Amino acid sequence: MVSTCFYFQVHQPHRLRNYQVFEIGNNHNYFDESKNEQVIRKVIQKCYLPANNLILDLINKHDGHFKVSYSITGTILEQFEKYAPEVIDSFKVLSKTGCVDFLDETYYHSLAFLYSKEEFKKQILLHNKKMQQLFNVSPKIFRNTELIYNNDLAKFISSLGYKGIIAEGAKHILEWRSPNYVYKPKDTDMKLLLKNYQLSDDIAFRFGEASWKEYPLNAPKFAQWVNSINGDGYIVNLFMDYETFGEHQWKDKGIFEFLKSLPNYILANPDNNFITPTEALKIPAVGELDFPYPVSWADIERDVSAWIGNEMQKDALQKLYSLESQIMSSNNYELIKDWRALQTSDHFYYMCTKWFADGDVHKYFNPFDSPYDAFINFMNVLNDIKIRTKEVKESKMASKLLDNVPDQNAFWVCDGKILKNLYDLAKAFKEMSDDTYGYHANLQKNDFACWVGDIIKDKKLVNDILRSRSRQQAAKAVEKRIKELA
Amino acid sequence: MKRIRVLMFGWEFPPMNNGGLGTACYGLTKALAKNNIDILFVMPRMSGQHPNFMKLISLNFATIFINSPIREYITSSSYQKNIDEPCNSIYGKNLFEEVYRYSQKARLIASSYDFDIIHAHDWLTFQAGVIAKEVSGKPLVLHVHSIEYDRTGGNGSNSYVENIEKDSMNKADCVIAVSNYTKSKIIENYHINENKIEVIHNSIDIEEYKIKEISELKKQNKIVLFLGRVTLQKGPEYFVYSAAKVLKHRDSILFIITGDGDMLNKMVSLSASLGISDKVLFPGFLRGDSLKKMYKMADLFVMPSVSEPFGLTALEAISNNVPVIISKQSGVSEVLNHCLKINFWDIDEMSNKIISVLDHSSLHNCLSENSHKEVSKMNWNSSANKCITIYNKLLNPQN
Repeated sequence: MVSTCFYFQVHQPHRLRNYQVFEIGNNHNYFDESKNEQVIRKVIQKCYLPANNLILDLINKHDGHFKVSYSITGTILEQFEKYAPEVIDSFKVLSKTGCVDFLDETYYHSLAFLYSKEEFKKQILLHNKKMQQLFNVSPKIFRNTELIYNNDLAKFISSLGYKGIIAEGAKHILEWRSPNYVYKPKDTDMKLLLKNYQLSDDIAFRFGEASWKEYPLNAPKFAQWVNSINGDGYIVNLFMDYETFGEHQWKDKGIFEFLKSLPNYILANPDNNFITPTEALKIPAVGELDFPYPVSWADIERDVSAWIGNEMQKDALQKLYSLESQIMSSNNYELIKDWRALQTSDHFYYMCTKWFADGDVHKYFNPFDSPYDAFINFMNVLNDIKIRTKEVKESKMASKLLDNVPDQNAFWVCDGKILKNLYDLAKAFKEMSDDTYGYHANLQKNDFACWVGDIIKDKKLVNDILRSRSRQQAAKAVEKRIKELA
Repeated sequence: MKRIRVLMFGWEFPPMNNGGLGTACYGLTKALAKNNIDILFVMPRMSGQHPNFMKLISLNFATIFINSPIREYITSSSYQKNIDEPCNSIYGKNLFEEVYRYSQKARLIASSYDFDIIHAHDWLTFQAGVIAKEVSGKPLVLHVHSIEYDRTGGNGSNSYVENIEKDSMNKADCVIAVSNYTKSKIIENYHINENKIEVIHNSIDIEEYKIKEISELKKQNKIVLFLGRVTLQKGPEYFVYSAAKVLKHRDSILFIITGDGDMLNKMVSLSASLGISDKVLFPGFLRGDSLKKMYKMADLFVMPSVSEPFGLTALEAISNNVPVIISKQSGVSEVLNHCLKINFWDIDEMSNKIISVLDHSSLHNCLSENSHKEVSKMNWNSSANKCITIYNKLLNPQN
């Protein structure tokens, strides 16, 4: 028995526009809306809609025996909602067939796991919420951005209640073992599904490559490869970008015809079937796998060097996540959203400098002229976010200066009035007699200034009060300061 | 196998060169000599001031000097100025007469020496090459390091020079362009048969540019360097405008314009009128160790050329681990990936990039390391080999 398990990654980032250093502090629009719209519309026409339609046809045609699964990021869902809600509807139709599984991931397709577990968890919850809201499902299987995976990740994901997790079937981890079985992550009760990178990449990368010895690939040949797994495995996990269909591999090379006839040829063998990752949970695990270091599905290295390989990427990521606590405590929705959109892994992929070996892919997808331009642009935007964070913090501190002080710290004026805040002080200055004022503020001392300095802690106002030569001037100074702070 | 003997016409050679042309001739001829090519190098200048010169090319390399004040990068009007000085009074009345004199000497040389092929560098020697071909019947290779369009930025081109370039290239058996950029400009301006034009990019032998000294200036400031002739072609005014823009946003940065040229005074007064004369330095034309030190002290090299057939200075800067911003209108941008590229007129983007490189050490380091790696892989040997392939093709057309 060999079960074919398809999972398609559906993702587009919010690409940044060209943002020069001179705009920092002046312009808070970071995203290239027209480029993003243009890309998404193009890919919808070339891939998402025709592929969804084809898959729906296949499910109907095979009476529910053809099954697939998707992981759809929050950033692309936002763009579908904005530019093409019909794509969301089309996924809803697919979800109602009962033959389509949805996976969870970070809403922002981020590298948060490697930098902040707290932020990582928040983004998973956001994604889960979005899945419930749009498709009425709460996924049981998790896939991390770019299939980045290690033991720690599995443990953390298990603690969130997921039943299964997905990883690259990297040769250096598997060694003599086969990816065509279900495993268990180290020290958890979850199931681990491994990408069969040979067969997956035959479709995703090599399908249209005329120099490949198996070119042209057709469905009977591929089904034959799947059949040959019988006897050495239960499951063949074909994990790839959804854009493989029509965008990475072109329609005129026959990728849709390939997909269209594949279920026929695979199901022709009664020992074969299709399953979803959730169904794969029922397959017993053959053993535990140890992933001490992060493994991904990218490049020949299958590591994280495509995003965290050079000094620029490390610098950008470190500076981005160093803002976390300030950003979160700002409680400013727009600011948090922009900061999160910057976490999308694509931004760091664009900064990758290892072009010459396996870099073609990097160059093809890079909206910038070079990784250096990508870095410059990103840092300019990040520095604007930093300034906004500081401004929010300052305005919060400012409004605090206007708050009531605790009762025991109130100012007792000698005419009997009790002052609890700057509004009280302004009013008191206007109403009190010059004698009362003179009692507290004279050549020897200034009680008002001491109170504003020690209790309210507004150094600027202290100076203004000390400089005031009269009660009226002091009143004006306080009123002016209230206007600034309010 | 019989050694190929090349009659080569050039006019400047390090250390007495005024620009990239002499450096390129030096690199190419040295690598050709290493590959067993015999070169007879004809120079228009006396050798009195070059103490190292003969040593540099002593191997299988003979030199003939023609007495003439022609130098590279001379324009007709600046030639007139030189001639007016008394010591030069024995020479011809104008530049074009000198070019003619130089080419007439070629007749004598071509009939006195044995050689297999003729190779001439840039327009001043093109006619000499053509005459040598007429006299000897040997194949002629013209090596284009720049055309009149580059030197004048397309404005006020001299039609006499253009005619020499066009006629000679039509008569040549092969035209070598230093970049695809230059090849396209040759086709565009002179309609030369595209199949006759080969591209051989310039190169660099990185070890020759290293120096260890660190200057005092560098310890106090970040330094942004312009290095080249201060002429329209090299875009110095875009550099000065960008300096003014950068200095509005950052301080402790020095901008150094190294080189000489007809726009130097204009640049000095432009910096004054922009109020940045204290931040823009003009050390003049440098060579040898002072040149290397200048590269070494820079934090960033900017080459905003309006039209740059190649741009060897970018590779020289990288040899000293200095990151570079180069104009997209340059030949070197065809062979260099790990650098920042701009349109020469885009002062905002130039300033944006200057500030970013100086602000972010991670960017500076990545650029510097990766470009150094990239340039380390280059060498004149591969350029020389391409050149030898062309020689062989011309000498054995049946193969």
